Amino acid sequence: MNLFGKLSWSVVPFDQPIVMGASGVVILSIVLVLGWVTLKGYVPYLWNEWLTSVDHKRIGVMYIVLGLIMLVRGFADAIMMRGQQAVAAGGAQGYLPPEHYDQIFSAHGTIMIFFVAMPLVIGLMNFAVPLQLGIRDVAFPTLNSVSLWLTASGILLTNISLVVGEFARTGWMAYPPLSELQFSPGVGVDYYLWSLQISGVGTLLTGINFVTTILKTRAPGMSYMRMPVFCWTALASNLMIVAVFPILTATFAMLLLDRYLGFHFFSVDAGGNAMMYVNLFWMWGHPEVYILVLPAFGVYSEVSATFSGKPLFGYRSMVAATMVICILSMMVWLHHFFTMGASASVNAAFGVASMIIGVPTGVKVFNWMFTMYGGRIRFSVPVLWTIGFMVTFVLGGLTGVLLALPPVDWQVHNSLFLVAHFHHVIIPGVVFGAFAGYIYWFPKAFGFTLDESWGRRAFWCWFIGFHLAFMPLYVVGLMGMTRRLQHYDVVSWQPWLLVAVAGAVIIFAGVVCQIMQFVVSIRHREEFRDVTGDPWNGRTLEWSTASPPPAWNFAFLPQVTDRDAFWAQKTLARSKQGQPTQARKYEPIEVPKNTPTGFVNAFFAVVTGFALIWHIWWMVALGALGGFVTFLVFAFREKEEVEIPAETIARFDRTHPVEVAP
Amino acid sequence: MRGFALAVSLIGAATLGGCSGGVLDPQGPIAAAQRLILLNSTGIMLAIVIPTIFATLGTAYWFRASNTRARYMPDFGYSGRLELLVWSIPIMTVILVGGVTWISSYDLDPPKPIASTEKPVRVQVVALDWKWLFIYPDHGIAAVNQLTIPVGTPIRFELTSAGVMNSFFVPQLGSQIYTMAGMVTRLYLQADHAGTFRGMSSNYSGAGFSDMVFKVDAVPSDKFAQWVAGTRASGPTLDAQSYAELAKPSQAVTPFTYRAVAPDLFNGILSNVSSVVQSDDPLCLAALPSQRAEK
Repeated sequence: MNLFGKLSWSVVPFDQPIVMGASGVVILSIVLVLGWVTLKGYVPYLWNEWLTSVDHKRIGVMYIVLGLIMLVRGFADAIMMRGQQAVAAGGAQGYLPPEHYDQIFSAHGTIMIFFVAMPLVIGLMNFAVPLQLGIRDVAFPTLNSVSLWLTASGILLTNISLVVGEFARTGWMAYPPLSELQFSPGVGVDYYLWSLQISGVGTLLTGINFVTTILKTRAPGMSYMRMPVFCWTALASNLMIVAVFPILTATFAMLLLDRYLGFHFFSVDAGGNAMMYVNLFWMWGHPEVYILVLPAFGVYSEVSATFSGKPLFGYRSMVAATMVICILSMMVWLHHFFTMGASASVNAAFGVASMIIGVPTGVKVFNWMFTMYGGRIRFSVPVLWTIGFMVTFVLGGLTGVLLALPPVDWQVHNSLFLVAHFHHVIIPGVVFGAFAGYIYWFPKAFGFTLDESWGRRAFWCWFIGFHLAFMPLYVVGLMGMTRRLQHYDVVSWQPWLLVAVAGAVIIFAGVVCQIMQFVVSIRHREEFRDVTGDPWNGRTLEWSTASPPPAWNFAFLPQVTDRDAFWAQKTLARSKQGQPTQARKYEPIEVPKNTPTGFVNAFFAVVTGFALIWHIWWMVALGALGGFVTFLVFAFREKEEVEIPAETIARFDRTHPVEVAP
Repeated sequence: MRGFALAVSLIGAATLGGCSGGVLDPQGPIAAAQRLILLNSTGIMLAIVIPTIFATLGTAYWFRASNTRARYMPDFGYSGRLELLVWSIPIMTVILVGGVTWISSYDLDPPKPIASTEKPVRVQVVALDWKWLFIYPDHGIAAVNQLTIPVGTPIRFELTSAGVMNSFFVPQLGSQIYTMAGMVTRLYLQADHAGTFRGMSSNYSGAGFSDMVFKVDAVPSDKFAQWVAGTRASGPTLDAQSYAELAKPSQAVTPFTYRAVAPDLFNGILSNVSSVVQSDDPLCLAALPSQRAEK
């Protein structure tokens, strides 16, 4: 028996220049960054203040950093795919052979959904929800850190597959029988499964954490109907996480049993049923879309209200619409496979159910419009993303309803029409929302706003590039082009795909503008400094504290008396202008103690996952033992909180005056 | 807005292109009905979506902070009438499109026979790695990557897969349907005009997927009879042995025909999938795929 399982030097693709070049650049940049951090002596700071932090704001920022880094990776995959399809027409084979191209589209989907969209959305929720609820942290701070680092473990494993072995060649859904050992004997599917199993546990823990936080730990006076809409959407999203991520974990566990122990859950022989996987996958997969998009809807609600200087129109409708989507989203999964041959009644019922989701979604669009109605709209960059989203998303929704119509779906299922549709809802829906949220809350996190002109350039590049990249895909989809083609024989598709690649390049320019925005803003941070804590004239509680907020968020827990709590406070303060404010006595505050548990646990998760992928059984045992010991050490720690003396808090408040004194 | 104009012009261009060979260029009753539904539903929804886009842009522009003529209503956050309007517009749209959905799901149900005076031609379809096998059980012949059908006659397809899942799809004729190992799906299609149409797999199935295309020749009935006779006259025969040879993975296979087919080969393939059962456990054997196949 080989001590290193299936692992040997031959699994590193030394003969593939593209792979080696890409991974060389990645490894080199990691080494450079680590070297720079070490030389500058930042290691203790990073370790103490970030990697071991259990502060929800820091964790949120780290999630977003992860998401943005992986966006670049996923985008590189996208450019390669677009490039391949732009040239591989007629007899041409393009520059990517199938075994490589098939990994790229599988990795692109997996990364963009699990490791870009999810970290961005969870990062925004981590950062903003406790601040909006007027509390000092989430319900389980250490668990939160464990979630983050488990997500990072999954990301690391997926990226290791670039250099050591291969990634799945099955598409991001990894449908059996193709993903069974019989048809995919390599380690690619195992990388996919273990990466997602590990990060999936992290996501489930996040869901539990946030449901608990939102239901149980709101500021005094903040009833459900006074919660900011972003918190409502976060609640809906996390309820769905708790409901559906276990389905994904169980489904992957069954596929793993098939692959590792010869079970027959989804195999073609011995009574297995691959279609069960397809059902189960989409029972998770459809709600997943709303897990991502609902918090983005929350961001749009906050942005449209704040920058219009008005309360959100139809708050109750918005809450109702959110919760209706939350429930309906779990009842429509079958529309992902109308082509499976279900009966007419089943198809009709799921088709109509899917369309009904269009009702609450349409209500939301109208409500955002009426939120702007009667406002004084400041066209800051988050507003551009919001309006860009509204005008784009309604068309994406339209094509979605078309796909929910079974007879139309039988014609465009799996075609580039479908690819265009889901990018048409996910990019404006989720990605634009994440960018709006990133720009909106950046000054809260770092104390200075982001550069507007580079922000505008980024928006216009993305907006124009998006339409150029995806509108042609609708056309070729209607012309009969199916997805995941490494090459094709119909040359009349090629002009459209050339337009699409041009669009992708313009989006790339947008990404460059975003990087420029970041760099320029840091260089001019003194110019962009916000000392008030409220750069946008905000309405919700996160703007009532200093930017960046202290570890304890609020020196005094806010007393909530109204829906837009901070707006109400400001109005009240204005009416009392001139009256002496009452001096309040500062009390010491306990904040959760930082712990390396999450980081160390993630290390062992990576070791275990890697060992499982390569069948290195002794290392599996070692990793599992390490994880368990980490848990024991954490369970037996004596000090869970640190007390911040009243004097420190008072001093912070004196040096960071905010508009409305506590 | 820009996106909308672009979408309309692009889709318009594709429609007017006509010779696109895709779903907007139907050559049979199913595809024609589906195009009608596609266009009608798009029209119904555009009637809502276009005004919404304009209203959004108009509202945002008029209520810009620098417009002194716009009335600022800092507390405007609720209006019962508007709420009613806001909920009823999408509800009415969905009722309309939902009705279209409900009726058309039954009308165009893939296994529903196409009404015709002609007797349907039966074709058994097997998705292999990575090519298509078409068996004509009533004619005793078979073809690979080439489907010849008579014009104006309903074709009754029974479809399965020898391994991984694929999707059988001829855009100009209509509905696609999955081919799944150990199961049979059914589909009726018909060509109203003679011509050559592109067919393909529309569900990714591995390395040779991109070349898993086939040619559909829709020919007049007499030509079809000639083709059947010609096919019977020459070429190899398809039996268990040559099937095993054919089933081995291969890519970009040039179309060819079999002059004879072993009877019941299709059902053999269906249960063949289960012949690789490696267990003597009676429970495993009890669940033979042929028993799970649709009625």
